[in-house]
Amino acid sequence: MSTQVQAKRRKKRRAGKATTASSKTAKASANAGPASAPTGDAPVPKAATEQARAAKAAKGNEAKPTRKEMMPSGIFGAIMTEVERNIPLDEPPPLPVNAKLSVIGKRTPRIDGHLKVTGAARYTSDVRLPGMLYARLITSPHPHARIRLIDTTQAERHPSVRAVHVLDRVLGNAELRDKSKELPGKYPIVRFAGQPVAAIAATSQVEADEAARLVRVDYEVLPFVVNLEEARKPDAPLVFPGPADQAATAGGGGGPAGVPQKGNVRGPVKGGPQGRARGDVQKGFDEADVVSEGEFRTQVQTHSALETHGVVADWRSDELVVYSSTQGTSSVRDELAEIFKLPKSKVRVVTEFMGGGFGAKFGAGNYGVLAAHLSKKAKAPVRLMLDRKDEHLSVGNRPDSVQRLKIGAKRDGTLTAIHLQVYGTAGTGTGAGTGGPAQNMYACPNILTEESDVFTHSGPAAAFRAPGHPQGCFALEQLIDELAERLQLDPLALRDKIDESPARREERRIGAERVNWANRHAPGADRGAIKRGLGVAQSVWYRLINLDSSCEVRVTRDGSIELLSGVQDIGGGIRTALAQVVAEEFGLRPSAITIRIGDTSFPGGPASGGSMTTGSITPVARNAAYNVKKQMLEQIAPQFNATAEQLEMRDGAIFMRGATGGHASESRASTRKLLSFKQAAARLKTEQIAARSSRSDDYGGFAFKNEAAAFGFGIGIYGGVQFAEVAVDTETGVIKVERVVAVHDCGRPVNPLAVESQINGGVIQGISYALYENRLLDRNTGLMVNPNLEQYKIVGSRETPRIEAVLIEEYVGRNSTDAGGIGEPATIPTVAAIANAFYNATGVRLYEMPMTPARVLAALGRAAKMKGGLS
Amino acid sequence: MNRFEWAEATTVAEAVSQLNGRSVIKAGGVDLLDRLKEGLDAPERLVNIRNLKGLDRIRDDAKTGLALGPLVTLAQLDADPTVRRRYTALADAAGHAATPQIRNMATLGGNLLQRPRCWYFRSAQFHCRKKGGERCFAIEGENQYHAIFDNKLCAIVHPSATAAALVALGARLELTGAKKRREVLLEEFFLTPEQDIRRENSIGADELITGIRVPAPAANSRSAYIKQGEKESFDWPIAEVAVMLEREGARVTRASVILGAAAPIPFRAREAEAALVGRVVNEETARAAAEAAMRNATPLSENGYKVPLFETVVRRTILTAAR
Repeated sequence: MSTQVQAKRRKKRRAGKATTASSKTAKASANAGPASAPTGDAPVPKAATEQARAAKAAKGNEAKPTRKEMMPSGIFGAIMTEVERNIPLDEPPPLPVNAKLSVIGKRTPRIDGHLKVTGAARYTSDVRLPGMLYARLITSPHPHARIRLIDTTQAERHPSVRAVHVLDRVLGNAELRDKSKELPGKYPIVRFAGQPVAAIAATSQVEADEAARLVRVDYEVLPFVVNLEEARKPDAPLVFPGPADQAATAGGGGGPAGVPQKGNVRGPVKGGPQGRARGDVQKGFDEADVVSEGEFRTQVQTHSALETHGVVADWRSDELVVYSSTQGTSSVRDELAEIFKLPKSKVRVVTEFMGGGFGAKFGAGNYGVLAAHLSKKAKAPVRLMLDRKDEHLSVGNRPDSVQRLKIGAKRDGTLTAIHLQVYGTAGTGTGAGTGGPAQNMYACPNILTEESDVFTHSGPAAAFRAPGHPQGCFALEQLIDELAERLQLDPLALRDKIDESPARREERRIGAERVNWANRHAPGADRGAIKRGLGVAQSVWYRLINLDSSCEVRVTRDGSIELLSGVQDIGGGIRTALAQVVAEEFGLRPSAITIRIGDTSFPGGPASGGSMTTGSITPVARNAAYNVKKQMLEQIAPQFNATAEQLEMRDGAIFMRGATGGHASESRASTRKLLSFKQAAARLKTEQIAARSSRSDDYGGFAFKNEAAAFGFGIGIYGGVQFAEVAVDTETGVIKVERVVAVHDCGRPVNPLAVESQINGGVIQGISYALYENRLLDRNTGLMVNPNLEQYKIVGSRETPRIEAVLIEEYVGRNSTDAGGIGEPATIPTVAAIANAFYNATGVRLYEMPMTPARVLAALGRAAKMKGGLS
Repeated sequence: MNRFEWAEATTVAEAVSQLNGRSVIKAGGVDLLDRLKEGLDAPERLVNIRNLKGLDRIRDDAKTGLALGPLVTLAQLDADPTVRRRYTALADAAGHAATPQIRNMATLGGNLLQRPRCWYFRSAQFHCRKKGGERCFAIEGENQYHAIFDNKLCAIVHPSATAAALVALGARLELTGAKKRREVLLEEFFLTPEQDIRRENSIGADELITGIRVPAPAANSRSAYIKQGEKESFDWPIAEVAVMLEREGARVTRASVILGAAAPIPFRAREAEAALVGRVVNEETARAAAEAAMRNATPLSENGYKVPLFETVVRRTILTAAR
């Protein structure tokens, strides 16, 4: 698949990076519809100039002087070759494959692991400042209401209360295109139960909770709708009395503006691999020998990160400092600066450690804005961490979906048409599309996706680990399997035929061997109540690069090395990856490098979303390290009557290079040790030397680049193939996932240990989504009945199978580390692999998630015995 | 959570004397803390009985049977070899509840007295019949985990796994009040919604469970308990069954089949018991008994799956007890 294809498709994604829900941003997201793959970071180009920009982007680094070098290219162990690239002169020579490196590519325990396991790591919820106040949110108990009056006098009289603030604007909801369609009111309309209304700060949490109950809010309760099907009906209560758009926000969620809307249904937005439909699907179906179709449903999943959303806001006389559990320190700073009309230099956001985000923690959030207001009023730091209930209700979720998918194929398997129609609710937000996999996974001349958002009176969605993709794969990968069966082809053989990705081809081969695919039994072949099955499904994701990625590397005379960047660790382990990259350059161990991140007072870092952190920031770290090293060698070399080029660093020392040159590892035999790294540092002319780098374009450019948003869509895609083994108890309906073999690519793996850890996490979260998680809203009141972690069921240790993560090294020669991302690809195929394994076990297909005992028993025909129905 | 006083009781008499309707007993504190946090209970005083001496013992006598203190933890029951051998259903019920951490804290008395987990009951936002309101939100609402028997007024399921096992084993409770001490058959201790919709048992306002006694098992008897959750880790049952079989030769002379997660009280499946008595337990008779158990089920809109599910779990538990 051409990468321009993805890039263009991307144009309809809503933006997010470093922007806010301002008119400015709304303008930037000027076209298309329910984003299939909002990552929280995908900026939105203008269609008109797209071609020209893409062409320009394709050249890459054109303003910089470059040199030509050969770089490793291909899949290590399978097909390796070399490719020539133009490399900017201030960037280091290409790295060889991992096998020839000493730190990068080696399984490296997290450098901050001991801090986490001993509790020393300071998360936002651990921050305690002198004089700090505790805040409590006041939220609406009604799904739809007009607020007549808010009376805070009683609460303000509480002796421990220091400040109360009422929200005059709610972040996260879509907003009416034409505000005059709604009666103006003093307070924002309540459009979902749990919508923040106000907050209160007191001297302790207990007192804040107590005082919050004293705030009187008088609601005029309005009719509501929380069910997707009900909301589509013409007479359904309206969430918005006219067309509404969710401006791209730093808070995630959202979609393009200007989409047609009728009642609560916004769309359809027609799309395909070219950003618009490809070919003519009707013609494609006419040409097909076999057509498979099905209707697939998925539920709403909440992010349920271990650490809830929250901040400690400290409004000082000279600046606003906010400790925030965020995956985007820069985007939180930018949003707060805009809302409070402060220069960005007067807002500092700090995220030392964070307990997970999964896409829902890009923005300041209503809680963050409230905490800052409270701190300003009370003249004291204010801590506002959400409780689990607020977390479920008001800070994002993965939209549900009803997907009608139809695929046509020739007798030999060649696809002739793919047509997807999907409705989903992102609550009061937008972005429920699931078209990504249908658009981008397989070669097909005719592809049409039609995506519609359905507004309901429920909490707005937010970007969630590969938005739209797990849902899309649940449909696509099951239907591809069904097609294979009807064509009497092995599911892997069919994919070999229609899938152009060389990485996935290799991943299928490796996985099939591991699980002994050749011996897979026929569907439903097991006798007895427990039936086992084996299934496969694939992933597709994109090489997203945030060009606003900078860092500084410093060397001091005592030989210590620091890296500083605003980038935050969402949990994937970027600290360790950065330490490895810098250590490799200096020939030291990762533990010798001090990594300071998660603070906007450092050079700006990328948001951790879209699986783009490693690919965006590690090349910058290497480039900066390379440039400091060069400075250092230039100072040392004359002392040995040498030039900097003749010296190299490795094994904690400086060596005189032999005649051959090349990378350190290739010329060891002919080198001579001059002095240790520490001794060399002591000879520096100044106490400290430093270099700063920012992300340059990928070598050879991007498939598409958004100059305004400093954002690139790299050439090529990420794959990933997962195999699941399940045991189905056909008498209880319980599915047990026994083993998952997950074969993935993420460019050059920097720390395979951390990558495997992310794959484990992706698989576990996928199992949880496939079988258990379900945000349940009471049909009669619109209130969530399971806003906790007891009845909102999440996979536990006993449900976690044997997971075998297998990594391939794929070299594409696009930047100085050639590293890529894994967070999202790792969770995309899991639900579909389980569904296909269920079919192999039972011979019956499940079209709806979560795959609960109720649904399994119904699907297996034991429903006949049921006296009650199933919704 | 409201502010409250904390009273540390050192004797049963002292604990009981403090019960005045505005105080609550706190033992393991597992269920109580949930209720306090949601504001379902707002007592003026918590009377901590956790440190009362002598109430955490397990004693078994060949003739008189098992005597359990109310402060015995679920973890203790799970680990005790005698309980496991002679009162297997109880050990398995205790051992499969909640999580290891909760089982270390949760007491048997508290487990029997815990309030239902119905999500409408547990949320302060729903003023349901059980809280003095006029509706059962579950009957017309989200009822996939609710009762399939006796669900016309209030569709909660009784939450105690040990209750199902202890009823099957014929346990009795000793209750101590300010003025008197009484004993009651556990099965008769529980109240249906029709009997009293506001509570699940007949404990008096000034009473404390001070003992749980289980008769010594008959010579040729076995018990079994199976919990079926959607998950194994930290989940409530969607079906649970405790079975006690007494046999002469191969034939069943007496059977107790008690269903948990099925009705507002531990539910005795009399039809299943009748189907077993006089018969040899095998796949076929177990299946017939399981079907009989479900004959009069009245599932709601979303919990019809529980009927075939219970048939499976009843059959499997009977077969396990007969093994």
